[in-house]
Formats: sequence, structure tokens, C-alpha cells
Amino acid sequence: MAELSYREAVAYGIAQEMRRDPRLVMLGEDIAAAGGVFKTTVGLLEEFGPDRVRDTPISEQAIIGAAMGAAMTGIPVIAELMFSDFIAVTWDMIANEIAKTRYMTNGQVTLPLVIRTANGGGVRFGAQHSQSVENWCMMIPGLKVVAPATPTDVVGLMAASVRDPDPVIFFEHKALMATSEEIPDGEIVDTLGTARIRREGTDLTIAALAAMVPRALEAAEMLAADGISAEVIDVRSLVPLDTRTILQSVAKTGRFYTVEENPRVLGWGAELVSIVSHEAFWDLDGPCVRITTPHIPLPAASSLEDLAIPSVQKIYETVKRTIGGAP
Amino acid sequence: MPTDTADPRYDYALRPPRLPQPVDESLASAPIDLDVRLEMYRKLHLLRQWSKRAHDLFLQNLVKGTTHLSLGQEAVAAAFSSAMRPDDYTFATYRGHAHSLSRGMDPGEALAELLGRKNGVLGGKGGSMHLTDVTRGMMGSYAIIGAHLCIANGAAWSAQMRGTGQVAVCFFGDGTTNIGAFHEALNMAKIWNLPVVFVCENNLYMEYTPIDLVTAVPRPAADRAPAYGLEPIVVDGNDPDAVYLVAREAIERARRGEGPSLIEAQTYRHGGHSRADPGKYRPQSEVEAWKARDPIPMYHDRLLKLGTPEATLTGIERQVAEVVDAATEFAKNGPEPGLEDLLVNVWADGGAEWRN
Repeated sequence: MAELSYREAVAYGIAQEMRRDPRLVMLGEDIAAAGGVFKTTVGLLEEFGPDRVRDTPISEQAIIGAAMGAAMTGIPVIAELMFSDFIAVTWDMIANEIAKTRYMTNGQVTLPLVIRTANGGGVRFGAQHSQSVENWCMMIPGLKVVAPATPTDVVGLMAASVRDPDPVIFFEHKALMATSEEIPDGEIVDTLGTARIRREGTDLTIAALAAMVPRALEAAEMLAADGISAEVIDVRSLVPLDTRTILQSVAKTGRFYTVEENPRVLGWGAELVSIVSHEAFWDLDGPCVRITTPHIPLPAASSLEDLAIPSVQKIYETVKRTIGGAP
Repeated sequence: MPTDTADPRYDYALRPPRLPQPVDESLASAPIDLDVRLEMYRKLHLLRQWSKRAHDLFLQNLVKGTTHLSLGQEAVAAAFSSAMRPDDYTFATYRGHAHSLSRGMDPGEALAELLGRKNGVLGGKGGSMHLTDVTRGMMGSYAIIGAHLCIANGAAWSAQMRGTGQVAVCFFGDGTTNIGAFHEALNMAKIWNLPVVFVCENNLYMEYTPIDLVTAVPRPAADRAPAYGLEPIVVDGNDPDAVYLVAREAIERARRGEGPSLIEAQTYRHGGHSRADPGKYRPQSEVEAWKARDPIPMYHDRLLKLGTPEATLTGIERQVAEVVDAATEFAKNGPEPGLEDLLVNVWADGGAEWRN
């Protein structure tokens, strides 16, 4: 057992896979000599050398294009985009090329690549360096989308993503970087497409992702003090999506909430609510409720950003207000 | 904007024509094996006859959607493919039929793909703009300008890491030189010394607009090369021998580990940008002058002058005609793909499920 922070877990997970597969390479801006701007790739250059851990120019299209070209010729690749907001700079490569090539070529091309990127708010970087953009990727057929909430999950889901033959967008949350936990010894390999019940409960189900998971858990403790038993599910993987775990939970609790950091419109929670409303309609005792950031660009000021992103208090109050049926 | 005024600012057909350079007759004595030359001649005819057939099938309403033909530009693909090793990589654009066929894609499977048939090379899922055959090193046709230069870098990087000596050759049009990915790709190729050859087919028009009206420099690719530490290389794209010599040198350079090249092949398309475009924005005298520089009759004459019997050439032409006829029957007789194909091959497990 070793105590690892979320940021250390990224390098730990990558190193585990680079030791296992000598073909695996990575590239990105400032990832080698500098160890990454979030210090998530510290030590990789020293262990694996400059041929396998490559610094690149600020050229997001060239980075992701190179990852795709290498992957389609059989080299597994991890590419880093420094901030997930920069996905927009190379969206053609991700949405039009990487996501569609296997289907368009009727299976001729396989793309074993992972795009890692620092996602989410809470660190006062303003509207262009704080977005939660996992929904952008979720809505494109052909991309797998993963967003771990704990250091152990970072390692295990990194391994699962690297070993998956399909392209995976791997969202590392900036606000979780300093969190830490004991992680198990030995190789850690998780499974994509599996949600995890972080807290069992009987009165309502809360589905949360990444930085919203610890907030939902804290809110659940507050609700417990009021005699309300919340089950908290860490969705972990948006594509593939583990609806079975969620539907089973709703069958037990009869109430469904989502906690989403993304701006409101078309967040992943909307898809989950749609599924629950359709497939678990007769299990529900009340309307599904989404707790999200308002549909605004994220502000920079601490006070404003804290008001925007769902807080523990907001989750608690929303559940308290609505669990009796109030809108 | 005036629409009925004769003004070359608004009616590009009134601009002065941009004429081709004369044939360099000295290329007849270039050191190129006769076998290679006859293979290039066969490819020229295959690309021409196949493309004309594709156009005929479009007129019969059998080819849906859009097609972008390379009529007039065949020499670039024919010559480059002849200078490549079988395991080298080709990356092409939506105007990629010539590059696909010249790497050995089955003409019937290619035509069936245009017809949207199950026996198409992509099972009907990709269509005209995405022809791919990785078994022959044809790594794809990319329909959004610029991306595939970056992707070709990745394949070249892979070859470099694996030490295979493979080279990636990436074809694109003059219009591509004005998008950001072009510049990102050239910079990365140079700093990583990648075995990649970028080939700009400058046909003088980015879709419907003269390239010189929208480009800061007269030679859209060659004049950008020095900014990335590369030699400006311009070649007569309508002369297979000229292209072959330049291709052979650039590919061998890359194979020796001496890094990337950027080549501007000057050429002209006989037709419009796509099937919807009659190409009326071009001066008639310009179109006529370039058609007089059609690579096929020119190469026919050169091979005759080099002593090839006429019967050899007509034999090649007849054999290609049979191949194209057989390809047409193969394509027309193919079934349409159905529901059993729709939800297949989104993922590597063969399926399309995104949830349990």
C-alpha cells in the first residue's frame, strides 16, 4: 500500500502501462522535461527516455494527428492535451477523424490511443481553462469517455483505457489533483463501462462524476443527519455507460438525482435522466432532478465560480427541497 | 456585388489564363526503367478510364452523393506510387481515387464503394471521399482539409520508432496550404525529422476560387517550405517522368533518415471541383492549354519515341478497359448493405453498443 495523490496516480498509472508494453509512447506539451504543467507526468522522461516521452510544440492538431497516425499503424499512444478546453482546437481530429475512422473504413483501422486532459473548474482559471467538456466527447459516436474521481481509479482506469483498442478520452480533474488515498500494491487494472456505488442508501440515488463525487458524498452525510439515506454512484465512465447499476439503484430508491459540473444544457445527466425516465418510470416516486452549473461560461472570481459549480450545500438543499416532490 | 458586369474581380473566367509550362523533352532520356514507365502508363490509363466510368455511372444516377475526380491530374499519383515500396503509407484527400487505385486497391471494390454497395472496399460505409485499403498501405482518404498531414506524420513517426524504413507520402491540394494543420504538420515533421513526403497537387484552384487570389505567396506550397527549413521543390505534375524522379529522390531521402520533403506538383483538373461543378470560373483558353498538356497522350508519344511498339501500348489500354468493365459489373451487381451492416464496426469488438 502506498499513499498517492491523484496527480501522482496519473504518472503511476502511465508508468505501469509503459513498463508492461514497450511499444507504448506518449506525447504532449511540457510533459517530458517539465513533468507536465499539473505535474502529472513527473519521472516518466527519466524512466522511459525522450523517444517514448516526447515534448511537442503548441500544436494540438499535430499532437492528436500524430497520435492517430501512430495508433493506426499499431503503436499504442497516450497524447496529452494540457487543458480539456483545448479539445476545441483539435476537435476536427477528435470528432471527425478519430471517432469515425473505424466505422467509415468498416473496421479496417483500429486506433489504440488515449487522449488525457485536465478537465473541470474550481481552480479560478476562468472560462477558457476550467470547462467540464466530457459531454462534448460523449455525444460523438466512436469515442469512449472516462473521468475518474479517485487516485486508485486513475491508475485502474488508465490501464483499462490504454489496453482498450478504441480511442478513449481520459479526463483528469484539476480540482482533485491534491486529493490522496492509499492504493493497493501490485498491478491495478479496472474495467471501462462500470459505475461504482460509493455509498449505499435507500431513499434516493445520486449519480455524480469526477469532482462532484466527493461533494455528493459529503452532501449525503448531511442528508443522513436529517434521516435521509442517499445512495451515491460514481459514474466513472460515460462511454460505455453502466446504466444497469444506475437503474438497479433507482429500482431500490425510487428517486434519481444527477450532480453535474457541466453547464446545464445537454449534460450527461440529461441522457441519464432520459434513460431512467423511460426504463425505470414505474420505479420512480418523483421527478428526476438535475443539479448542474447554470448555463453560463465559468467566471474566474472565487466567489462567482463557487456559486456556479454545484456545491455540497447546493446538493444538500436541492435534495431537501425536492425529495418531498417540490419542483 | 455586380453580377452582370464583365469584371475579372467577380468573374474569374475573365482573368488572364495561367498556362502550363512546355514539356521538358529531355526527360525522355531520364534514367527510368522501361518497366517502370510502362507501369506508369498502365496506371495513367487505369486512373483515367476508371474515373470516366465513375462519371458515367454518376450520370446514370448510380453514384450518389458527391465525387471528386482527378481527370488530368493522374500523373502525380501514378508516378509517386511507382516510386514507393509496397509497405509505404499513402494518405490522400477526398480527391483520392487515383491515389487509392495506384496503390493497388481493387478497381471493382473501389467502384462498388462509390455505388454504395456491400462489396465496396468500405462496405458502403465510407463512400467516395474515404477510400481506404490498409492492406495495400492506402491509409485513407481524408475529406476535411489539413488533418491528414498531421496523421501522416504519426504513421511516419511510427515507422521511425519501429525502424522499418517505411515512408509516408501525403497528397493534398493547393487549398490545403492555407489551413493551420498544414503548418503544424510541416513544423512537427521537420523537428522530428520524420520520414514523410508532403505532395501538394497545385491545380490552380481551391475549389472554385483561383488559389493566387487567396494565398500570400505565388507558389502555395513551395514558397512556404523555407519557413520550415525545407527546400522549395516544384515539379511539372503532368509529366510522369518528372514526378517520378522527384518522388524517388524525396522518398529515398526520407528512407535514409534525412527527413521530410515538401513537393509542389503543378497540374490541372480537366473538370470541376466536384460533380456539382462545371468549372465555368476558368478562362476557356486556360482549360484548352492544359488539356493540350494532358499527361496521357504526351506519355504515349514519349514511349513511342523511346521505341515502345504501338501494339504494347494499345495492349495496355485494352487490358485496362477490360479491368474497368469487369469492375463496373462487379460494382453494379453488388447488393446494397442493410440493417445487418448499420450497427457494425463502431468499436473494435465489432459492435456499436455504448451502454449496458
